[in-house]
Amino acid sequence: MAGLLNWFSQVGAIAKFGLMSIPQRRGAVSATIIGIAGVVLVLVGVLSIAAGFRRTMLASGSPDAAIVLRSGADSEMVSGFGRNEARLIADAPGVARNAAGPLASAELFVIINLPKRSTHTDANVPLRGVEAAALAVRDHLTLTAGRMFAWGRNEVVVGAGAAREFAGLEVGGTIKVGRESWPVVGVFTANGGVAESEIWTDARVLQDAYHRGDSFQSVYARLNSAAAFAQFKDALTSNPQLSVKVLRQSEHYAEQSEAITRLITTLGFLIAFLMAIGAVFGALNTMYSAVAVRTREIGTLRALGFGNGAVIAALMIESLLLALLGGTVGGGLAYLAFNNLHAATMNWQSFSQVAFAFAVTPQLLLQGVVWATLIGLIGGLLPAIRAARLPIAAALREY
Amino acid sequence: MRFLHLIWGNLTRKKLRTALTLLTVLVAFVLFGFLSAIRQALVGGVELAGADRLIVRHKVSIIQLLPVAYQARMERIPGVAAAVHQTWFGGIYQDPKNFFMQSPVVPAEFMAMYPEFILPPEQMRAWLATRTGAIVGRKTAERFHWKIGDRIPIMSPIWMRKTWEFDLVGIFDGRDKGTDTTALYFRYDYFDEVRQTQNWGQGLVGWYTIRVKDPAQAADTARRVDEEFANSPAETKTEPEGAFVQAWANQVGNITLIVAGILGAVFFTILLVTGSTMSQAVRERIGELGVLKAIGFTNGQVLGLVLAESCLLTVLGGGLGLGLAWLIIARGDPTGGLLPMFFLPGRDLLLGFGLSLALGLVTGLLPARQATRLRVADALRRL
Amino acid sequence: MSENTAGQSALVRVEGVEKVFHRGAEDIHVLSQLNLEVPAGQFLALMGPSGSGKSTLLNLIGGLDRPTQGTVHVGGDRLDTLSDRALAAWRARHVGFVFQLYNLIPVLTAERNVELPLLLTPLSPAERRKHVATALAVVGLSHRAKHYPRTLSGGEQQRVGIARGIVTDPTLLLCDEPTGDLDRKAGDEVLNLLQALNREQGKTIVMVTHDPHASARAARTVYLNKGRLTNEPEQ
Ligand SMILES: Nc1ncnc2c1ncn2[C@@H]1O[C@H](COP(=O)(O)OP(=O)(O)O)[C@@H](O)[C@H]1O
Ligand SMILES: [Mg+2]
Repeated sequence: MAGLLNWFSQVGAIAKFGLMSIPQRRGAVSATIIGIAGVVLVLVGVLSIAAGFRRTMLASGSPDAAIVLRSGADSEMVSGFGRNEARLIADAPGVARNAAGPLASAELFVIINLPKRSTHTDANVPLRGVEAAALAVRDHLTLTAGRMFAWGRNEVVVGAGAAREFAGLEVGGTIKVGRESWPVVGVFTANGGVAESEIWTDARVLQDAYHRGDSFQSVYARLNSAAAFAQFKDALTSNPQLSVKVLRQSEHYAEQSEAITRLITTLGFLIAFLMAIGAVFGALNTMYSAVAVRTREIGTLRALGFGNGAVIAALMIESLLLALLGGTVGGGLAYLAFNNLHAATMNWQSFSQVAFAFAVTPQLLLQGVVWATLIGLIGGLLPAIRAARLPIAAALREY
Repeated sequence: MRFLHLIWGNLTRKKLRTALTLLTVLVAFVLFGFLSAIRQALVGGVELAGADRLIVRHKVSIIQLLPVAYQARMERIPGVAAAVHQTWFGGIYQDPKNFFMQSPVVPAEFMAMYPEFILPPEQMRAWLATRTGAIVGRKTAERFHWKIGDRIPIMSPIWMRKTWEFDLVGIFDGRDKGTDTTALYFRYDYFDEVRQTQNWGQGLVGWYTIRVKDPAQAADTARRVDEEFANSPAETKTEPEGAFVQAWANQVGNITLIVAGILGAVFFTILLVTGSTMSQAVRERIGELGVLKAIGFTNGQVLGLVLAESCLLTVLGGGLGLGLAWLIIARGDPTGGLLPMFFLPGRDLLLGFGLSLALGLVTGLLPARQATRLRVADALRRL
Repeated sequence: MSENTAGQSALVRVEGVEKVFHRGAEDIHVLSQLNLEVPAGQFLALMGPSGSGKSTLLNLIGGLDRPTQGTVHVGGDRLDTLSDRALAAWRARHVGFVFQLYNLIPVLTAERNVELPLLLTPLSPAERRKHVATALAVVGLSHRAKHYPRTLSGGEQQRVGIARGIVTDPTLLLCDEPTGDLDRKAGDEVLNLLQALNREQGKTIVMVTHDPHASARAARTVYLNKGRLTNEPEQ
């Protein structure tokens, strides 16, 4: 017990000398801290794109809601139903109902060109035709400006993300569909979900404008409960009149975001990994210089009877402290710079734009700190071992 | 050059420190090379776009189809040399992850429009002779180990919802390093024939490419094309190929900005690490620099020595890093198909080299100034 | 010997020199109204207690520093008015330095160290090699040419330092306590060498020392005390 205490006080004494010599080598020390902060900043920054994108996708679907596509279709773009099939789906068991009937919305999904506000170049913006139940089958749909479009009229409401990203999408603006101009009468939010990137109108109006007859591309349904999904799915897939694919909305959106999250995550890790290697070299440099500056001091302490283990531990502590400081600075900067930064990108699966916000999540920050700690450990270990290995006599002769 | 051994001697004075700094710089330039390749893959198409080509698509969106009859009408418009069409096939080969583009085209006119696709003449003849024939770019052929004579099954969820089978009759190469050789092209007559049997979508195509007679008149020609189809059920939007590709890249997001941001952070970091190492190295030998000055070295020569040392370090690290990046990138797209044009352009190699030199100058400048400001008598006292 | 002819044959002429250092608000008057003439070919020892300004004076003569007041002539050149650049060029041509701690560049071999001053001349590599070989032969270290300083003894390092000082064949050799860090035997070797250079090659040598044993080798000794020069040690 006393030995342990003694050991701790030895470590403390050496660490204190080390920390006190920091002003003397402030150049190298701040370079290390900033180097590690840079790694964490870039890591967290890049991954926050993927996290934000995934968050938007996951916010879009609750487990008690389902989407039905034609079988074989991996997105609404290539799916299609007639009116009869849509009705069969809406009447299937498991679908929730209210006074107006089943909570199911048969929808149409097309794309129109609108200029991005940031670049003034055309982008593919989703235009969705919905039925009255559309609001009930999605969570947290709220109008924040203007009013809902009137059923049967050539009017649209736009998601808040779309309104932010694309020119002309504000209450009072118009969009051109074919040769007609349709007024924008309202703006809605959907808890940050994909719907916020879309323009909505009445499905029948869109069918007419696009000469689609009485056809739809998907059916969105609210179920009695999350558990009712199996019943609903079985009923549809076993119905010989239908050839459909049934998914929980959450599954559907996870599938939709998979490619892009994979791309960003792969590249993000690769970049951060390379940067981390660079930072390890930087940290090694600093800690070697920390040891070099104090070779004589450490030699003296060891001559006085301080143990090798204490020398190593003290140097590791110093290195870790610097790394954690760097990691905290990097994480903090990433949070300030990137959290909630708005952006829009192409979702290849739906061939259209998705507006989202970068998300610097606690997990990402934690990940950043873990990387910083690893860099500090690796950067501190070798120099610490060198310091402990140095023959005492040689160390005393230094300088 | 007569000072080279002195510079080299200084660099090897603390071998470990020099090696670590060199590796830091090296890593920064591997990253530079890597990000350059990513940027090239995402926005490089803009530079490769034909200056004499226009893209014509449906005004409302590219997913809406245009009548095939527009081709003849376009070719009658003054200023238009030729028009060809393509159609998004959206097919899946075995797994949706194996993404590459497919399109039906009219072989002879299509290959004339895109001289950057190089197809051996006998393969072209075979394509013209085979209704179900298809040609594919080198990259995709290598990716799936396809050979001429293979039958390629491709399931299209858009067209007929069936698995189409094509006979691979040719493999084309790219004329330029950045030419996209990932697409598969098959015959439009075969495509339309199958559509007729199902009575769905026949006579419709995705978009057109026009070659203009005079690139200087491209804007006028584009306006005339759009006027030709104004007030029809399928109005068009015509723009230069470069603008079309740029808009496409912008849809992905502002890649150049993101890449520049990351590189900025990386280089700032490296600058600090290298700079602090250099000034430490200079501080340690103030006395020696004083001796050199006593011997008769001028301030300029001392400045040159320190700058040469830092530049040698960064150019060495930068050169090795770029070389390593080049080797890694030559092994191909790390995402497995999402980045079809993944390579390190020569221009970026040069830029990287220039950057490494600049890095050496910037990091060396402060310590070098320290060294020259030093009065000889003071430096000697610090021995 | 008239005043006039003495002035002409003097290689070094220091007249009315003041040197004041500023340390914070405090002024340190190190040299005041100091005059010194060193005739060409003389071996002069400069003695004095530590901190008396010997190195300061040597630096003025060697063009490493400028006087606060007064003039310094060496050969036909007036040093105190030359620009930094011109001073550097002047040092490269006319003067060789020998330091107490040898001050060899640790990353260069003995011959590369000796070669350093020649890098500032237009000599070809072959000519440089010849001069280096001669200088190393003079100090008797031809066999250690490829050795690094840390593998040489103190006396050997100092002899390499002297070889570096004479390799450009300067008229004036300035030595700041060249034996200060050496034992008696090695110190004697260095002093023998300096004496030989003075006698056989006619080098003018100014040597700072506080060792009477060293100053005894010189033809003349002057003493620096409280900023002034005398010909006798002050009590
Ligand atoms: N650059 C300087 N700044 C301030 N004081 C100096 C400087 N150089 C020398 N001195 C002071 O001048 C005095 C003489 O120094 P120096 O010529 O080195 O003496 P020494 O006779 O021992 O060689 C000392 O008091 C020293 O502190
Ligand atoms: Mg002195």
